[in-house]
Amino acid sequence: MSATVYVPRDASARSVGADDVAEALAAHAAARGVELRIVRNGSRGMLWLEPLIEVATDAGRIAYGPVGVDDVPSLFAAGFLAGGDHPLRHGATESIPYFAKQQRLTFARVGLIDPVSLADYEAHGGLRGLRAALALEPAQIVEAILASGLRGRGGAAFPTGIKWKTVLDTAADQKYVVCNADEGDSGTFSDRMVMEGDPLVLVEGMIIAGLATGATQGYIYLRSEYPDAAVALDQAIAAARAAGVLGPDVLGSGRRFELEVRIGAGSYVCGEETALLESLEGKRGIVRYRPPVPAVAGLFGKPTALNNVVTLASVPIILDRGAAYYRDFGAGRSRGTLAFQLAGNIARGGLVELAFGVTLRELLYEYGGGSASGRPIRAVQVGGPLGAFVPASDFDLPLDYEAFVAKGAIVGHGGIVVFDDTVDMAKMARYALEFCAIESCGKCTPCRIGSTRGVEVIDRLLAGDRPRLQLAVLRDLCDTMEHASLCALGGMTPYPVRSALEHFPADFGITAAAHGGH
Amino acid sequence: MHPPSDTPSSTDLAGAIERALTACAHLPGALLPILHAIQRELGWVPTEVVPPVADALNLSRAEVAGVISFYHDFRSAPPGRCVVKLCRAEACQAMGADALAAHLRATLGVDFHETRSDGAVTLEPVYCLGNCACAPACTIDGRLHGRLDAARLDRLLAVPATKVEPTA
Repeated sequence: MSATVYVPRDASARSVGADDVAEALAAHAAARGVELRIVRNGSRGMLWLEPLIEVATDAGRIAYGPVGVDDVPSLFAAGFLAGGDHPLRHGATESIPYFAKQQRLTFARVGLIDPVSLADYEAHGGLRGLRAALALEPAQIVEAILASGLRGRGGAAFPTGIKWKTVLDTAADQKYVVCNADEGDSGTFSDRMVMEGDPLVLVEGMIIAGLATGATQGYIYLRSEYPDAAVALDQAIAAARAAGVLGPDVLGSGRRFELEVRIGAGSYVCGEETALLESLEGKRGIVRYRPPVPAVAGLFGKPTALNNVVTLASVPIILDRGAAYYRDFGAGRSRGTLAFQLAGNIARGGLVELAFGVTLRELLYEYGGGSASGRPIRAVQVGGPLGAFVPASDFDLPLDYEAFVAKGAIVGHGGIVVFDDTVDMAKMARYALEFCAIESCGKCTPCRIGSTRGVEVIDRLLAGDRPRLQLAVLRDLCDTMEHASLCALGGMTPYPVRSALEHFPADFGITAAAHGGH
Repeated sequence: MHPPSDTPSSTDLAGAIERALTACAHLPGALLPILHAIQRELGWVPTEVVPPVADALNLSRAEVAGVISFYHDFRSAPPGRCVVKLCRAEACQAMGADALAAHLRATLGVDFHETRSDGAVTLEPVYCLGNCACAPACTIDGRLHGRLDAARLDRLLAVPATKVEPTA
């Protein structure tokens, strides 16, 4: 008999033993004389079940997980290749409620296909967006993106169509498309999962961005912490080039687009777009003054469409299905879907792509199943190290850019880090400032000096040294950093600090007595 | 590849620089790719690379040295034979990374940013490996591991079991 088994090549799956499982499956199959085809797919995003293996059966793909090497003999004994019953069996993958209830637009193929097979990609709707774009004028592509309501998924939520229109309208002998793949925020891994699980959708999105703006060269600035993504992207780019999707004559259209991956070097601030451009140019990752914005004068001083991975990966489906299809998902001015990432102390961590408007409570409890420790969830940090801590009393807040901003919080890149009731929020506030001090590029004083002073002030506060005075200084520092920093690193580090202070004052030893005297 | 623990010979160094320049010097914004190539080969970036790389790219030595010192990845000293990077960021903290950090410091006998005097191991912090749903996470010689606890870390590092201390 012959069978097909899917074992993810996703870095998270590999980090918990997927390679060993694939090896054991192959060895057992050989020993039993079974012809086994193992496809290394991306992850379905149900990361608490990794390694999640799937068997192709007449009834669809059947999921088993988390599978360890020791489970392999019993899986064969249970006849898992025919979908046989086993304690690790979850039934049809796409019927698992966590997965079935999602609205997979950008992540439709992630986990489904062989990530670096162009044939598999095309068989599942790949390149349709690019073919549609090739039939349009650049301004029409920009119009479609504007009409879709797509906003930057990296965190800043700037309308993508406006950015592209600026690049298109700025005359230059050379323009660039740059993909920000420096996903440094803790609690986020959606960029990584696209690049490892469906890298060709990013390639396709970048080519469309090139057609829309007149750019002929693309760069993916990838953080060095993602070596698996680098491998998948290189394989995808090679496949696209070999098939004439990339190169001097994109799909025979006479249009040119080249693409190259560049690896960062462990600097968080290089996720800030102007520091990223400096780094791509071979310099220290120091933030630039704006204006000019990168869309006018970006990489090597040329107009540059600089977008996040998930933003660019959302472009093909908009061109394929139409702006209205995408825009009809979402809430308020937040259109389309966001790939939320459940991380930290959560029972069912993973990726959940849903239309904007879902509440934190639904994500944390219906999808996430509460904390991993079984203790009450005390706070979540949404949007990375620069996002506010949200207390349990605000868990009914809908995830919508504007609704979060109104609460002094951010949705950001959609990463949600969960903390149970053992968390010390003063320690987390101190960490936010310490991290800012470590990663500050040093160009502006509020960030460079303010972060270090902030750590010292919190230390004095926690030591009980004139707490009222320290609180006043800390609040003042936060104001200065927010309003006078050059970029979001210094400008938003106050978010976690202030929200921790506001919602969890007891953790700082702040009592009525402390407020009363110093 | 196991990085050498001593200063490379001048032949090795010159060869590494030449190969990096041949492979990357033509690229726009070539400095990071060149430094990565040198570190891939030598395990670190000795200060001796600064003058020839600066000359090749028509940069000042200060610019090249400034780039090397700016980025956390570029090492100015040889690493140990094994490099452990433990994630210290929020999602891993929420799953007990601070306790693991203390455990690693104690069992490896080395602090963060340090290489043990016998050259066996270097311990480094890292801020997010993108494995936040399988936290806590680390890399050992570049290989990612998730869902760590002290026992799993010890197995991965093949740390011999320590004597059980009698409880007080």
